[in-house]
Amino acid sequence: MYAQLVKSEGAKPREEMTPEEIAFQERIDRGEKIEPKEWMPEGYRKTLIRQIGQHAHSEIVGQLPEGNWITRAPTLERKAILLAKVQDEAGHGLYLYSAAETLGVSRDELLEKLHSGNMKYSSIFNYPTLNWADIGAVGWLVDGAAIMNQVPLQRTSYGPYSRAMIRICKEESFHQRQGYDIMMKMAAGTPEQKAMAQDALNRFWYPALMMFGPSDKDSVHSAQSMAWKIKINTNDELRQKFVDQTVPQAKYLGLSIPDESLAWNEEKGGWDFSEPDWSEFFAVIAGNGPCNEERLGARVKAWEDGAWFRDGLMAHAEKAEARRRAARVAAE
Amino acid sequence: MSSQWPLWEIFIRGQHGLNHRHVGSLHAPDAEMAIRNARDVYTRRNEGVSIWVVPSNAITASSPSEKGPLFEPSNAKVYRHPTFFDIPEEVGHM
Repeated sequence: MYAQLVKSEGAKPREEMTPEEIAFQERIDRGEKIEPKEWMPEGYRKTLIRQIGQHAHSEIVGQLPEGNWITRAPTLERKAILLAKVQDEAGHGLYLYSAAETLGVSRDELLEKLHSGNMKYSSIFNYPTLNWADIGAVGWLVDGAAIMNQVPLQRTSYGPYSRAMIRICKEESFHQRQGYDIMMKMAAGTPEQKAMAQDALNRFWYPALMMFGPSDKDSVHSAQSMAWKIKINTNDELRQKFVDQTVPQAKYLGLSIPDESLAWNEEKGGWDFSEPDWSEFFAVIAGNGPCNEERLGARVKAWEDGAWFRDGLMAHAEKAEARRRAARVAAE
Repeated sequence: MSSQWPLWEIFIRGQHGLNHRHVGSLHAPDAEMAIRNARDVYTRRNEGVSIWVVPSNAITASSPSEKGPLFEPSNAKVYRHPTFFDIPEEVGHM
């Protein structure tokens, strides 16, 4: 759901598949992993580049709303923890970019597509983090929702993607726990602090639900992606699981979920809840969220401001290599 | 647009006594920076005691499409596995 709207290509009924495509599908059905140099349908490759790329971009852009609070964390310990968390997000982005590159796309190409707006990142990072309680809410809800989606993706059919997800999942529960820890502190604090925690939950609840992508009935590309096992659960399944997990956690904090229709449904063994406002979701994805411009602007600025440094390191590496070569020649 | 840093494959020895194992790849201008970056990207939680970095283009890989003929010879030699031989129970553990 860090990849919310991934267009799947090349959906085909079995009778129209080539023998190669049938053999490929059978490998996936047997649970075999597909590795970089092996034959794969062009649609599989393209869809994966889109999905892994979107996922990587989300990790990188996701550093911005939290990085915003590193210098203003309330204690030195909180600051060190947040710094470590944001550093993890950078690492997650790098694992995923590497996985995408095994499909034949270059890192520069992926970054260019992010910076020009041709590739998306998760809608959630286009909402502002206004105060410290928001950092708690982001860890608890946003990383909580991310884990929901990433745990099943550890079993995805593409080897490098699956291995990246395994590494990411190992690190992700630290993120959610640090967020919940902030929320516990705030919710058990002064009435003002508790009100801040409630306000953060109010603002992040529906954007967090949107992270799973549109409702299944509007999710036209799911079927092919599920056949290829690059998507394991439907959007609605994961959203339901997230709500069921989060409601008791909010209750423990003494906070209320901002949904008047929230009700336990004995029959399905889960909570009934209100859908987010999907017109807002599509507006944010299209670039009209509260922080789209700021996020992409900061991202492009960091890339451009760092150009002299990247070039400098490369120039140093090339000179050092030339000196070594000259020394070798002289020695011979 | 500046030129992209070369790609490196990263191998990490998790504990003393184990082999280095491939963990992923990253971009870096040279080997020294690749090791520094690998430290930050792949060992943030004490995952290693040693790092190898290898330029990705220095690796030669077997071809997936020749998997059959390449590995077939050993398939036919089941006697290489100790379980091929029946040792009477009274002989004891062997």
